This record gives sequence, structure tokens and C-alpha cells, in this order.
Amino acid sequence: MGIISRGFGGRRRESVPGLPPGQYLTHDFPVLSAGPTPRVPLDRWRFTITTETGEKTSWNWSEFQALPAEDFTVDIHCVTKWSKLGTTWRGVSLDTLLGDVESSADYTMAHSFGGYTTNVPMEDLLDGKAWVVYKFEGEDLHPEHGGPARLLIPHLYFWKSAKWVTGLTLMPEDEPGFWEAAGYHMYGDPWREQRYQGD
Amino acid sequence: MTATSTEEFEDGATLDGNAMAGDLREVFAVDVTSARYMCAGCRHTDAVATLRLWNRAPGLVARCPNCEDVVIRVVRAPDKVYLDLRGSVRLEVPLEGV
Repeated sequence: MGIISRGFGGRRRESVPGLPPGQYLTHDFPVLSAGPTPRVPLDRWRFTITTETGEKTSWNWSEFQALPAEDFTVDIHCVTKWSKLGTTWRGVSLDTLLGDVESSADYTMAHSFGGYTTNVPMEDLLDGKAWVVYKFEGEDLHPEHGGPARLLIPHLYFWKSAKWVTGLTLMPEDEPGFWEAAGYHMYGDPWREQRYQGD
Repeated sequence: MTATSTEEFEDGATLDGNAMAGDLREVFAVDVTSARYMCAGCRHTDAVATLRLWNRAPGLVARCPNCEDVVIRVVRAPDKVYLDLRGSVRLEVPLEGV
């Protein structure tokens, strides 16, 4: 009794702290993309919030850079099952971007260059849970990873963190975005493994 | 012809529509890659096999080589396949042996 090591069972994913169910750790940064990588010149970049009444608030690149930025470290979890822990970013909190926007909308749709969309509840963008980021590990965000700027919502699966983000549309009702319309979960909580519709 | 290298297409697609054949064979009794699609965006029409395919994504994304609009999306869940065809006005499927 006790002579067979319990450690011989191979990798036990659930034993890694910070790793949601069904995920594995990766130390590189896989590039996933649903289309061509846009190269967005900074003089054409703009981030626009459109409310449910059609009111628009927008920032060009220099106005966006002048907003208070935060440096922070978070874990990210892709629905294709890789997770990357301790990633460091710099960006503007959605609390800052939405701070002066008058809206009673409960849902938002993020839009990107190239036509990608993803839906996120308003409450998941507020209280320090989401950012528009433009630096990764101290470097300008590479176009393959969504540069010049992407959404970052680390508590949801990474498809919610829209690359090449151009803005948010605020909506009274929830609507599916690009992947949600094709079978993925409307919310996408990695800790509840909400990968597909019905999970 | 199936693309074999990541640099095959200038638009960044790594594969063409032939690479959807396996997933679509599970759904249809015919080879859909030989069917003709009509793009809902630009009305371009050609064989499904000629679509530009992005497969390093949460699903397969097949785009029109003419206008880059998404024509077909295929998402594999453990127990089902979702096939989103809203980017295709129609599929013209040849019947074998007729």
C-alpha cells in the first residue's frame, strides 16, 4: 500500500491553478483569425461608441492615447482550449470610455475592421473587467494579435476580445455576433465551460 | 487544388475550400466542395472548393475569393456541426448518376 506513486498519472490539467476546466497551458501566443489581417494606419484609426439612440462618442488615435491608461496582468483563455497565464497589457479601461456615455442599454456589440462582431453584456465591460489595449508585454500590439488596438475581456473566452476593434454599439436586447451566430455560446464563461450554444 | 503552405494565398488564407470536405461529408450525402455557391455579398459564383478558408479559428471560415465576404461558417461542437450559410444566396449541388 502506498508504493505506487500517484504522480505517474500524467498531466492533470485541473491541478494547475488559474486554469479553467478543459483548458491546457501554452507559453506561446497562438494566432487565431477568421479572415485577412487588416493593417490599420493610425491616422485612419477611430474608436466609436454608438448608443441605442444613435448618439456617437469617438476618439481618434491621438485622443485615445491621451486617455488615462492602465498596465495590468491577466490570464487569457481561448475556446480552442489553450490558456495563457500572466499576460501583461496596457490599455484604456472601458469604465473610462463609457464614463460619459448616457445609456441604459444592457448589451453591447463590439465591431472590428474586417467586419468581425461579438456581443458582450454591458456589465461585463464595467468595474475594471475590460479594456481597449494597445500594448502587449511592453510592445505595440502586433496586427496579428489585433493591433493597433483590441478589446480585452479576460474573464470571458478570448473570442470576445475582438481584434482590430473599431467600436461598440449599445443595445437594449442581446444579439449574436460572428461566432455566436454560428453556434458558439452567447456569453462564453470559461469557468463554466460555456463553449457552444446550450453549454 | 488544396493549399499546402501558410503563404499560399496573398490574402492570408492558409487553405482553400477543399479542406472543408471532411466536415461537410458528415453533414451531406454529396460532396459539397464540388457544389457551386453564389456569394450573398457580390453574387460571385464558383465551386465551394475555390473559397478561401481560414481554419486557425474557433471554426472554419470560408470567404469569397472575389470580395472576401464570409460565405460559409462551420463550427464543430462535440455532438453536432453548425453550418452557417447566410453568406451564400444558394448552393447548386450536382447529383451523381443523373
